[in-house]
Amino acid sequence: MKIYLKIWRQKSPKDKGRFEMYPLDGVSPEMSFLEMLDYLNKTLIKEGKEPVVFESDCREGICGTCGLYINGRPHGNLRKTTTCELYMREFADGETITVEPWRAGAFPVVKDLVVDRHAFEKIMQAGGFITVNAGAAPDANTIPIPRDSFDKAFEAATCIGCGACVAACKNASAMLFVAAKVSHLALLPQGKPEAARRAKAMVAKMDELGFGSCTNTGACEAECPKGISIANIARLNREFLKANLKE
Amino acid sequence: MSILNSKIPSGPLADKWTNHKASLRLVSPANRKKLDIIVVGTGLSGSGAASTLGEMGYNVKVFCYQDSPRRAHSVAAQGGINAAKNYKNDGDSIFRLFYDMIKGGDFRAREANVYRAAEVSNLVIDHYTALGVPFARDYGGLLDNRSFGGVQVSRTFYAKGQTGQQCLLGGYSALIRQVQAGTVTMYPRREMLDLVVVDGRARGIITRNLITGEIESHSAHAVVLATGGYGTIYYLSTLAINSNGSAAWKAHKRGAFFANPSFIQIHPTSIPVLNNYQSKLTLMSESLRNDGRVWVPKKKGDTRNPNDIPEDERDYYLERRYPAFGNLVPRDVASRAAKERCDSGYGVGPTGLSVYLDFRDAIQKQGRKAIEDKYGNLFEMYEKITGESPYETPMRIYPAGHYTMGGLWVDYNLMTTIPGLFAIGESNFSDHGANRLGASSLMQCAGDGYFILPYTIANYLADFIHEPRLSTDLPEFKHAISEVQDRIQRLLSVNGKEPVSDFHKRLGKIMWDYCGMVRNEQGLIKAMELITDLEAEFWKNVKVPGRSTEMNQELEKAGRVADYFELAKLLCADALNRKESCGAHFREESQTETGEAKRDDENFSYVAVWEYKGGGKDPQLHKEPLTFENVKLQERSYQ
Ligand code: SF4
Ligand code: FES
Repeated sequence: MKIYLKIWRQKSPKDKGRFEMYPLDGVSPEMSFLEMLDYLNKTLIKEGKEPVVFESDCREGICGTCGLYINGRPHGNLRKTTTCELYMREFADGETITVEPWRAGAFPVVKDLVVDRHAFEKIMQAGGFITVNAGAAPDANTIPIPRDSFDKAFEAATCIGCGACVAACKNASAMLFVAAKVSHLALLPQGKPEAARRAKAMVAKMDELGFGSCTNTGACEAECPKGISIANIARLNREFLKANLKE
Repeated sequence: MSILNSKIPSGPLADKWTNHKASLRLVSPANRKKLDIIVVGTGLSGSGAASTLGEMGYNVKVFCYQDSPRRAHSVAAQGGINAAKNYKNDGDSIFRLFYDMIKGGDFRAREANVYRAAEVSNLVIDHYTALGVPFARDYGGLLDNRSFGGVQVSRTFYAKGQTGQQCLLGGYSALIRQVQAGTVTMYPRREMLDLVVVDGRARGIITRNLITGEIESHSAHAVVLATGGYGTIYYLSTLAINSNGSAAWKAHKRGAFFANPSFIQIHPTSIPVLNNYQSKLTLMSESLRNDGRVWVPKKKGDTRNPNDIPEDERDYYLERRYPAFGNLVPRDVASRAAKERCDSGYGVGPTGLSVYLDFRDAIQKQGRKAIEDKYGNLFEMYEKITGESPYETPMRIYPAGHYTMGGLWVDYNLMTTIPGLFAIGESNFSDHGANRLGASSLMQCAGDGYFILPYTIANYLADFIHEPRLSTDLPEFKHAISEVQDRIQRLLSVNGKEPVSDFHKRLGKIMWDYCGMVRNEQGLIKAMELITDLEAEFWKNVKVPGRSTEMNQELEKAGRVADYFELAKLLCADALNRKESCGAHFREESQTETGEAKRDDENFSYVAVWEYKGGGKDPQLHKEPLTFENVKLQERSYQ
């Protein structure tokens, strides 16, 4: 198939950036979206041009490295799919495909399609952990965990930290990401003691870093490749309230 | 053999580690913060070591090429993590886990190391659970286990099909807690390009900042490599596409010996190659073989829809050849059996290079829901990639390069032949022999990181508590920097025509064809010639666009592939030297009448340890003899 790629090119964080068009022939429906970009890059290199910079690593939907804004949607328009799990059979012959980086103030563009998600690290550092040193843990079966809260914790724990929720949100809020971590840990007995403090610290950090506030549009949930539910945001709000009441 | 001192403690197997720990020197809390430790890599072993050393109060600097330590490739491990908890009351014990690993590794691993890995496995599960890792639980809320990788007990802890992700995120959370506490400094998006040795000791590394291109030097009192395996030497593998062997290779060139480099596990159940542009292979967890049945049509070149092929025209070849273990034979056995069927013309799919993994019977017996509970996310993943639902059509699978048992040689203290340079997790060679058992990689990596290295590194550092920080202005650093820069310039200035990935792909094909699942003398010699030619062509005709002072992914790849040419030759030399078949290493010349691997304990019961002798010179082989005092050497039979 032949496609037309409209790709965001930006040399550096300071560069203004612009779209460029790349017609690409010989694309096979069996290629993954990223393999198609590999193929484009090979073609560009052979023509003596600069390849398009984009990121990926595991290429199987688990590491959270990839993340492109494709035809106006984070990770493209398949539900519960990361960019690396997207295949060209989802696109039509002759289609024009627009490819952009995540757009969010807290995720500045590094080059072309690569953004800096360091802000997520900062939020995690603020409290996304359980305080326990290696060697101090009791036997793993000391504390049983009821299935129901365990299952919810597990779902929340599957967040891959890709940032699609931020890219999808008109306020560029990181609430879903933060809520997933807060929920995962608050739902487990091991994480309970620090739950309120964790929620407060992570939300404060998120605000400080320039992410917007959550107005419950649900866009994040719809675009999250792991299907993290906005019910987690409600849980985060409860923990947050608890933290404030304690003061 | 005096050059290799494995420092295995004396005494009974079960007491070695305890006694050894008691004899190791300590560093007092007040002195720890004066000591700098570099950790390269943030997978299970690296994040484990870094957070634990941070908790102890050392000054730790951690490096990874990813934008966040949470993305290290441990994240992709699926099936599970072993521990000898015996929660199932099925007779498991540390000794049994040890025994299974020794046997699974085809008697090519060190008894003492393996026993210790089994011994600390329980602590790993306790720690991860405390960190909030959601291992599967039963209805009573207690931890569940499954049987995995052809062993007869259920000792595998798991978190659906994403155990690696959950363990890594647990490890990551402990790591960032230390970043917050100020004991660990994180350097993401850095690639280690050289090791700096001063006065015979590892004292630092040279890195490239992958965003700015800046070449940086970092000094420390000790350096820990936790850089994973080199499975991407096959180009197509189950690894993350940026995984590479360069850090280990650089260390090797600076004096760290490389052990059993040709021991590479080919995983039997990966989604097969679907097209010419494929960039990686996706694993389908081995756990699927608990319920899926592997088969090919009995008729050659049968192109019927698999569901239309009646029962008596199917060849369940694993069940036929290995009645005792059936579909659960170890990975190397299952891989070779699939290759044998495909090479003989019974393979299925458009390329004829795949076999069926069929869930029809399991779904009939247990119901779709039960299968969905166990493998839902894997089935989804398969469907996303292939467009076919395994609930309705059998999966198609084929072996793929996966895990490197070989790696940097280390002694019992996990120290390489360069004093002060440690290697942990997949980057060392020590625990899996010639074949790794399923679910023991996460176990070994975490064990090394949390519960072994922190003790042994203290013993080393105890000598240097008064040694001030080292300035990176020393000539050794300057020299390493200029070598790194020279090589970058060389890569950029070739200015040929062919992109790096084409070379990588061609190298991968040579390795897969001649140094993959099946090897023979002629093929290996040929491979070495082909690699030498390809390497020469690379340095004449590779095209690396862009500059060194910016984000330049082609340059990153070029450096890794250039290292792979060198490593590939060592792999072939090692495979050539080992004239026996053992574990994943199958030499055609050494097989039984029924086509099973034939070990040669008399001549090859040793670790092959290679010393770098300089470019263009042959590496020198040293042998570390393996002795087995606690298990009886036996033929590994799964029939
Ligand atoms: S919540 Fe979903 S979209 Fe947001 S970072 Fe996590 S996985 Fe990505
Ligand atoms: S590359 Fe890892 S999730 Fe896409």
